[in-house]
Amino acid sequence: MSSSDSTFKRFIEVGRVVLLKSGPFSGKIAVIAEIIDHNRAIIDGPTTGVTRQSYPYKHLTLTPLTLAKLPRAAGSGVIKKHLEKEATIEKWDKSSWAQRRAATEARRNLNDFGRFGVMLAKKARRDVVRKTVFKAKKST
Amino acid sequence: MARSKELVPGVGRLSRSQVAARRGLYKGLKKSEKPAATESPATIEKSVGGDKNGGKRLIPTSKASRFYPAEDVRLPKKSRKSPKPASIRSSITPGTVLILLAGRFRGKRVVFLKQLASGLLLVTGPFKVNGVPLRRVNQAYVIATTTKLELEGFTVDEKINDAYFAKAVTKGPRSAEAEFFEEGKPKAKEAFPESKSADQKEIDKAILASVKKTENLAKYLKASWGLSKGQFPHQLVF
Repeated sequence: MSSSDSTFKRFIEVGRVVLLKSGPFSGKIAVIAEIIDHNRAIIDGPTTGVTRQSYPYKHLTLTPLTLAKLPRAAGSGVIKKHLEKEATIEKWDKSSWAQRRAATEARRNLNDFGRFGVMLAKKARRDVVRKTVFKAKKST
Repeated sequence: MARSKELVPGVGRLSRSQVAARRGLYKGLKKSEKPAATESPATIEKSVGGDKNGGKRLIPTSKASRFYPAEDVRLPKKSRKSPKPASIRSSITPGTVLILLAGRFRGKRVVFLKQLASGLLLVTGPFKVNGVPLRRVNQAYVIATTTKLELEGFTVDEKINDAYFAKAVTKGPRSAEAEFFEEGKPKAKEAFPESKSADQKEIDKAILASVKKTENLAKYLKASWGLSKGQFPHQLVF
C-alpha cells in the first residue's frame, strides 16, 4: 500500500524528521537515513548533535517534517546539505510544538523565586481580564 | 565496679547499663560538699633504734601492695577522636534564601546569615518582612534556594552566638503553679527584652536594604512556601 492510499499522514520513511523520546539525545530531532527493520532505523542529526546510530521506533516520535529528496542511506554530509537547503531546523524551531516544548522546559527550570514571579504575573493578568470583563458586562 | 563483681579481669558481671541502673543516677547526682583534701606527704621520716641503722629512715605513708597482678590486663584504648563542627551544605552561603521545613515557622522563606559554633544556622526573616526573628535552625530542616541576597561587607555581631539564644537559668525549686500563675491569675507576659529587639533591628537594616534592590523579593520573602497538586520537591528546582 502506498502512502497515498492511507489516511495516515506521517510515515516511517527515509528523510522523515523524528523527535527522540529517550536516551542521552532525548528531546533532540534527527532524520531517518535508512530503515533497518520493523523495529529500528538509522537516524542521524548532523546539525542537532545527534550522532548516527540505530534507534528503535518505540523511542521516536514522527514530526510532520520530511526531507523529501533525501536518497536512501545518505551519509551525514549529504543529510546536512539537505537539512540546510530546506531549512528544516528553523522550521522545527518555529513550530508551535517545538516552542511549547521549549516553554515547558524553561518553566520547569525556574527556581523558587522565578515560580513566584510567574505567580505574580498570572495574578496581574487575571486582574486585568476580570476588570475588563466586568466593564464590558456593565456597558451592555 | 563495686556493684559489678569481676568475672575475669576487665569484665564485670553486670553490663554497663545495669551498673548505671543500680547506681541510681537517674535519681540525680548526690551533691554533697566534699571536705577539703588535706595533703599528706609521700614519705615520713622516722627515727629508728639500733646503732647501725643510721638513726633515721624515710618511710612511705601509703604502703605498696604486697601483690601485683600476675597477668597483664589490657587497658581500653584511649579515644583521641573529638566531634568536628558540622559542615554546611555548599549551597548555603551568607545571604541565601532558605525555606524552613519544620518548627513554628515552617514554610517561611528566610535569609541565612552565618553558621554558629554549634553548627546551627543563624537566620532572620527579616522580622519586619515575614515575622521570623533571629533564630537558629538545623540545616537538615531547610531547603536552600538558589536565590541569594547580596550581603557584601555585612558581618553579624560576635555577640550573636549560641549563648545569646540560651534560656536564662532560674535556680531554686519551682512549681508548675508558680510558673504560670500569680495570685490566682495567669501571669502577665514578660516583655521582649529591649536589647534583643534592638539587635534584631540593627541586623535587619542591612538585609532590608539588600532586599529592596530586587523587585518582588520582599513579597517573595513574605509569602510562605508550599507544594501544590502534582508538585514533588525532588523534581523541583529551587
